[in-house]
This record gives sequence, structure tokens and C-alpha cells, in this order.
Amino acid sequence: MIELINVCKSFGDKVVLDNISVRFEMGKTNLIIGQSGSGKTVLLKSIVGLHEIDSGDIFYSDINFTKLDFKARKEIRKQIGMLFQGGALFDSNTVEENVRFPLDMFTNKTIEEKRERVNFCLKRVRLENVNDLYPSEISGGMKKRVAIARAIALNTKYLFCDEPNSGLDPMTSLVIDNLIKEITEEYSITTIVNTHDMNSVMEVGDKVVFIYEGKKTWEGTKDDIFHADNKYLNDFVFASPLSKKIKSLANGKK
Amino acid sequence: MLPKGLFYHMGEYFILISKVFARPEKHKIYYRQFLKEVENLGVSSIGIVAIISTFMGAVITIQTAYNTENPLLPTYLIGVAARDSILLEFSSTMVALILAGKVGSSIASELGTMRVSEQIDAMEMMGVNSAGYLILPKILAAMFFNPILALVSMFVGIFGGWLVGTWVGVVTTEQYLYGIRYGLNSYYITYGIIKTIVFAYIITSVSAYYGYNVEGGSVEVGKSSTKAVVYSCVVILMFNLILTQLLLS
Repeated sequence: MIELINVCKSFGDKVVLDNISVRFEMGKTNLIIGQSGSGKTVLLKSIVGLHEIDSGDIFYSDINFTKLDFKARKEIRKQIGMLFQGGALFDSNTVEENVRFPLDMFTNKTIEEKRERVNFCLKRVRLENVNDLYPSEISGGMKKRVAIARAIALNTKYLFCDEPNSGLDPMTSLVIDNLIKEITEEYSITTIVNTHDMNSVMEVGDKVVFIYEGKKTWEGTKDDIFHADNKYLNDFVFASPLSKKIKSLANGKK
Repeated sequence: MLPKGLFYHMGEYFILISKVFARPEKHKIYYRQFLKEVENLGVSSIGIVAIISTFMGAVITIQTAYNTENPLLPTYLIGVAARDSILLEFSSTMVALILAGKVGSSIASELGTMRVSEQIDAMEMMGVNSAGYLILPKILAAMFFNPILALVSMFVGIFGGWLVGTWVGVVTTEQYLYGIRYGLNSYYITYGIIKTIVFAYIITSVSAYYGYNVEGGSVEVGKSSTKAVVYSCVVILMFNLILTQLLLS
């Protein structure tokens, strides 16, 4: 479980996160949605400590992350996996070396044990026979899957995904979404996904939090979205003619 | 007037360096990185250092010969002048400036690209001290291998001076060999090596600072690479003056 209480963050005079309080449950895929520039990425990076918040508290289970020193935060971070927008794979390392990296840094496993774990993780994300390829030699979707494999290499308790579908076609996006959901449920991970892809919301959103201009303006499940009366949420979610039609059909059925 | 932001950059630089020299997570992994960097930053520079040193040794010899055409001056002084120029200044300072261009820009662009593509964030997220993991092996590798490059440069530079000096006929082999042994002060070599080690630290740490702190995209990576080379060169020249005063006075 991750809980945010009154989190605020500004860059100079610009308020980016305005008093955000929200709870993300374990074993669920929690989505943060909002327009570009609404503060989603800053929120995600603040939760993991890549940005220092100005005020408020962030709890990982019962531990107040904001009160921890650098060393104690490192211990929490070993339980965190993160999937970055571009994958953030290390260019000069092969796929195997990328997935093995956290194992090399934080475990005392033998080479064979590490290789076994790497192969297990790669198989789990449905990638095989790519161990010796470099990131530049694989597709965008494969990069995302390698990044997920790397994120779960050390029995991860928290998974963060920043725009996991950016630059991917709808079919590959679906594969990545389902993979994230499967892994979340299989290992009882607390997963937080940043996205503005409504297909993802409808596919995997156990809980959806809508951010508008740095404020949390709505939260609910993917099914609640169709009946929400929040203007900003409706403007964002049902921006396209297709989604408007889907909404009218859903409401009509109701 | 001091340039705007000088103290800010100095403060940030020392904060980064304190992270770089923090206790490594795993010595074995850092050692492996160190060996990689010896190959990347050091061994791969042998060729360029050897070529430049040969030509510079040759030019120094010819220039000295044309400036000492006085019959009262013995010809072996060409060897003495070439040797002292190479040992005292060329193989340490000039080679450091050349390496600031080659190695400095490579470090800044590598780290800058890793920063903008979120690879450094990914490391931090895992709980890895990214500054230590990425920068410390580079600093240590350069401080370890650059003295070897300086020795190569000294040898090849003096060899280049002999090769071209005898070829164009400004000095004979005997006169040149006598000259390079005449009044040889072995401290000159130590002095050159000490300077090289300090310059190696400057090149890698200053370039790493500019690369590691890039904000933006590919344009900023290019700019940081240029800044890394320019500021490394300026700091090298400042420390050259300080070290010369300290070590030779």
C-alpha cells in the first residue's frame, strides 16, 4: 500500500502538485490520468523520491518515506521497480546485462543463479532468445518488456510505470497493459501507472485517479468513469467523438 | 567580475564529488567498471597520443635547431631542449589538453545522454549510487592510465625528435643521444607524472559534472560536451601554473 497525504510540490512560483491525498492499494493496478502537463510525472517522481516534495507525507506500507534519510530510502528503493517512458535500458549493456543489473548490485547470487533468474523474468514477460541483443537491436515493445523484466528481477513490492504505452501501437500497448496487470496480481504488487491512454484505463484500471492542474479532482474505478459528473474528467476522457459515442451507449444501456 | 553562477557550480561540483567518493555498493562491480574504463578512456587513446607526440617531438627538434644556429652553441643542445620541453610541458599539459577534447567530450556526452534518456534516474530508482557507479571508475581509470600515456608520449616524442632531426640533417644521432642524456634530471619525469595525475582527475571530474547535470535534450547534451572540454582546459591551465610553481620553485 502507498498513501499520500497533502502532498505539495512547486517549481519556483509554479504549483505543480496541490495538496494531493490518495491511497493506492496492494495487488491493484492504480492509474493516474490527466492531460499532458497536469503534474502526473512529477507526482510519480515525487512518490519515488526523484523529486523532493515541499510538504506532505508519503507512506510505503507504514513507513513514512519523506522522513527517511538517504540510506533508509535506498532500502525502500530496492523494493521498487520502475518502468520509464522510454524504457531507460542501459544502451551499452545487453538485454541480459540490463535485467541482471539489480541482481549484480544487490544480491550475492552465483552467476548461474543470476542467469536463471534473468531467464525466468524474461520468460515471464514473454521474451526468449534475446539475452545477447542490445537495446538498439530490439523493438519499442520489447524494450518495455525488458524494462518490466528488470523491474521485477528483485522481488519487487512496488511497481511504477510512467506512460508505459507511449510510442507503441494499440496491439502492443494491450500486451504491455495486460502484462503489468498480470504481474501486479500474481506477485501482489502495489502498481501505479501514469497514462493518458484511455484504452489502458479501460483495460487495467482497478483504481483511477484524475489529476487536473496539479489537483486530484476525481477518483474511482474504470466503470465509474462513465457515470462521473466531473466536467474536467469528462472533457479529458470523452474528448474524441468515438469515446463520446461509447459513453452515450454505456449510459443508454444503463 | 566573477562569472555568474561560479559559486553555484562549484558547490554543485563538490556535492557531486562527495557522492562519487561514497562507499561503493559492490567493490567487484566497480572493479569491473574500472577495467572497462581503462580500455575506453586509456588504451583507446594510445594511438592519438603516439601520433601527436611523434609530430610534436619532431617540430620541437626542428624549431630548436633553427633557433640555435649560433656556432657558439653546441648542437647537442637540440636534444637537451627537445627532451626538457617534452618532459616538462608537452607530455603532461599538451597531452592533457588533447585528452580533455577526446575523453572529456566522450564522458560528458555519455553521461548527458544517460541523463536525458532517464537511465541515470533508473539507476537511482534501484537504489544505486549512480554518481559513484558511473563516475568513480572513470576518474580512477584515467588517474591510473594517463601516467602511462604520458610515459608513452615522452618516449615517442623524443623518438620523433630524433627521427626527423636526423632525417632533415639538423642533428646527428650521436649529438641527439648525448643531448637527451646531458644533465638529465629524473625529477622532471616525476613532475610530469604528478601533473598528469592531477590533470586526469580534472578532465574526468569536470566533464562528468557537466554530463551528469544535463537538463533538456540532445541540444543540451551537445552544449554540455562543449562546456566540459572548455572548462576542463581552463582548469588544467590554471592548475598547470599552480603545480609548476609548487613543484619547481
